[in-house]
Amino acid sequence: MPIEILMPALSPTMTEGNLAKWLVKEGDAVAAGDVMAEIETDKATMELEAVDEGVIGKILIPAGTAGVAVNTPIALLLEEGEDASALSTASAAKAPTPSAAPVAVMQPSPLMPDLGSLGLCLGGAARPAKPAGERVFASPLARRVAASAGLDISGIAGTGPRGRIVRADVEAAKGMSDDEIDDDLLAAMAFAAAVKAPIPATKPRTASVPVADYGTPFTETPHSTMCKVIARRLTESKQTVPHFYVTMEVVLDDLLALREQINTRAQKTSGPKVSVNDFILRASASALVRMPEANVSWSDEVMRVYSRADVSVAVATPAGLITPIVRGAESKSLGAVSTEMRDLAARARDGKLKPEEFQGGTFSISNLGMYGVREFAAIINPPQSMLLAVGAAEQRPVVKGGALAVAHAMSLTLSCDHRCIDGALGAKFLGLVKALLEDPLSILM
Amino acid sequence: MNSFDLVVIGAGPGGYVAAIRAAQLGMTVAVVERAHLGGICLNWGCIPTKALLRSADIYREIRHAKDFGLTVGDVGFDLAAIVKRSRSVSAQLAAGVKHLLKKNKVTVVDGHGRLNGLGKVTVEKDGKPVADLTAKHIIVATGARARDLPGLEADGKLVWTYRQAMTPDVLPKSLLVVGSGAIGIEFASFYNTLGVKTTVIEVMDRVLPVEDAEISAIAEKAFKAQGMDIRVSTNVKALKRAANTVTVTLEKGGKTEEITVDRVIMAVGVVPNLEDVGLDTTKIQMEKGRIKVDAYLRTDEPGIHAIGDVVAPPWLAHKASHEAVICVEKIAGLPDVHPLNTRNIPGCTYCTPQVASVGLSEAKAKEAGYAVKVGHFPFMGNGKAIAMGEPDGLIKTVFDAKTGELLGAHMIGAEVTELIQGYVVGNTLETTEAELMHTVFPHPTLSEMLHESVLDAFGRAIHF
Repeated sequence: MPIEILMPALSPTMTEGNLAKWLVKEGDAVAAGDVMAEIETDKATMELEAVDEGVIGKILIPAGTAGVAVNTPIALLLEEGEDASALSTASAAKAPTPSAAPVAVMQPSPLMPDLGSLGLCLGGAARPAKPAGERVFASPLARRVAASAGLDISGIAGTGPRGRIVRADVEAAKGMSDDEIDDDLLAAMAFAAAVKAPIPATKPRTASVPVADYGTPFTETPHSTMCKVIARRLTESKQTVPHFYVTMEVVLDDLLALREQINTRAQKTSGPKVSVNDFILRASASALVRMPEANVSWSDEVMRVYSRADVSVAVATPAGLITPIVRGAESKSLGAVSTEMRDLAARARDGKLKPEEFQGGTFSISNLGMYGVREFAAIINPPQSMLLAVGAAEQRPVVKGGALAVAHAMSLTLSCDHRCIDGALGAKFLGLVKALLEDPLSILM
Repeated sequence: MNSFDLVVIGAGPGGYVAAIRAAQLGMTVAVVERAHLGGICLNWGCIPTKALLRSADIYREIRHAKDFGLTVGDVGFDLAAIVKRSRSVSAQLAAGVKHLLKKNKVTVVDGHGRLNGLGKVTVEKDGKPVADLTAKHIIVATGARARDLPGLEADGKLVWTYRQAMTPDVLPKSLLVVGSGAIGIEFASFYNTLGVKTTVIEVMDRVLPVEDAEISAIAEKAFKAQGMDIRVSTNVKALKRAANTVTVTLEKGGKTEEITVDRVIMAVGVVPNLEDVGLDTTKIQMEKGRIKVDAYLRTDEPGIHAIGDVVAPPWLAHKASHEAVICVEKIAGLPDVHPLNTRNIPGCTYCTPQVASVGLSEAKAKEAGYAVKVGHFPFMGNGKAIAMGEPDGLIKTVFDAKTGELLGAHMIGAEVTELIQGYVVGNTLETTEAELMHTVFPHPTLSEMLHESVLDAFGRAIHF
């Protein structure tokens, strides 16, 4: 009888995944260890290796299928001596488990491909939405464990008889928010720009109250654990970090001219091209090490002063927002920063970042310029104390030598944690970034 | 026709249940059995001993007839008749299994089944090959037999295993039972009730050592009150077999002692029947002397499965039967097949008083790091128990203080083997103490004590 290849659980808490790609086709021979497929979760893309040797008899779940439940047969492997006729005896007729809500795919902007901070939690382990008011089947013990962990039981997928939610399901969901994905990791992923959606001012970690129904037709999709933690972290940041904002206009003519020179040269030497954002990243890093009093984290007991500039940059990915980090950016050349950022962004979009590549950071940059945003104020990503929100580079009327002129300019808005960055310090820091950007050669020196 | 979807080796409570469930699911099934349909459980274990113990229980009750206002004349027993009844109970049930297999169109192959590489089972009878079977799936369910200790091997005459112990032709005057687990203590109970001077040797520091310590203590006290000689923390060093007696050297704390008895029953656990099953023709791996299987009873050899006493403990008939269903349903590809939760398998011992338990003992729960809430309810506080003249016993419950999960329940007293399933159903449904408290128990029943013990764990017992 053919061996069923099952959807693997790539982590203890994984309940479903997307079958991104088949690397083998029906009729291919595989040996143990051969990579057969790529499986995507909300956290990463992993390779599925063959455990047994044999011939791929039938692919049951086509590539590109989202929300395939763990342990669903995805293919049949014929063992030595078996031919395709054996397939009919296998339980091949099982339909793939229906998918959750389709995963939205966001194409990165072609203008500033690496940057942008939109679309929190587009993917994630969303469950099929339960119509409001429908009974949730869960064991009493599961309900109690969920309640004491502050989890909304209706958002948990049940694995018990007839899909009933049992204690193990709650433990798995709990493990995901409490242990496996720790808050700092999620904070790094979850941060914070331009969140327009109203966040209810409820206390985090209390049992959820359904939104009142006034008769408007709607559908509901339960949140993934990641979404919930993101929401909680943003709420905590906005509620507990006293934000204030300073905005400055930066004239970019010299920077753009220099960039053109660099990129023209890069074309000839096939060196790295640089973006405006690379300049901003590098300038911010220089400013942070020149003003260590601004490269800090607040805690109730101590002020932590960082001696290195680890800059988080928001990248929009199909699965949501993630903030890979260029560590020690102050000591890297503009070209090196550009190369590293391009690599991080590409892997971020493929879901292949390692945790250490997006956990931590001392400062963040978020850029909505490519969406035509002139300026905006973002939410700080704790325990960082500043975030630089970058608007569009555009031609603006400016006053030069007492006369009106046209120049390329952009607005930078710095969000500051007032507990450790006061107004004067914030203004001084932003002024330094502005000065560096307006004298871009200083960044190269 | 010698080709099947499933061949099961062994027709005990694991094997025949697997065969029937597979047939229900539309598979063609053969079961190979070398001795008796129903296996040890039905022929030489659970069932015939219950028949013997029933005779002993009635005998004891009749002798207490006066306590209930009854007058009874001469009370005696006929050992041969007791054994005959026990055998006929087994025979009746074995015939029942035969009928069930036939009804479900399961082919029964009489002989010794042996794996012969992937998908093949050969069957021998009296050393001659009788059949070669091929199968898409094979389940090894060959069960276990009594364990021998080196130098203390049973001989079937003076030193008995369960076989001889349940078919005695004469009643020994004195008996020594080695091992105070369920099997040993049930035989001790039977023979002691019939007036045999009974000594029980236990190597651990208490009788029924897998039970909660409080239950062990109550049991030991009750056994001693019935006249049993209970020796714990004691080893058997040597056996000297004479013509019709055995002299046993016991050792306790460095001191040795010799006692002479008519018969010895060895009840020191079981070993799996795996010597001649053809494991070497497969890739099956072993683990702690048992076949290694995954949560769905699959061995390392694709297409070969193993259940019951040949895999990990507990080695109980009902565990084997449940594994059979899980194993077969997984083979059939049914959705919603869940691995066995070994913490929710009850265990019952039919001595007097009866003992039943499920889950963690209080000590094990604490060892596992739980903060516990413990409930006790004595039979003395229960109307039905008093009316029945059964005022001795205890229902103990151990809850996780944090979640209200019933981690374990431990019972001793009349009919507790019939009571334990209430908690087991509750645990399967993942109830907390709240649902157990909200359940209405009928009055007057012994089951009310299940309720009261839960209440007591949370300081709310009404009748105690």
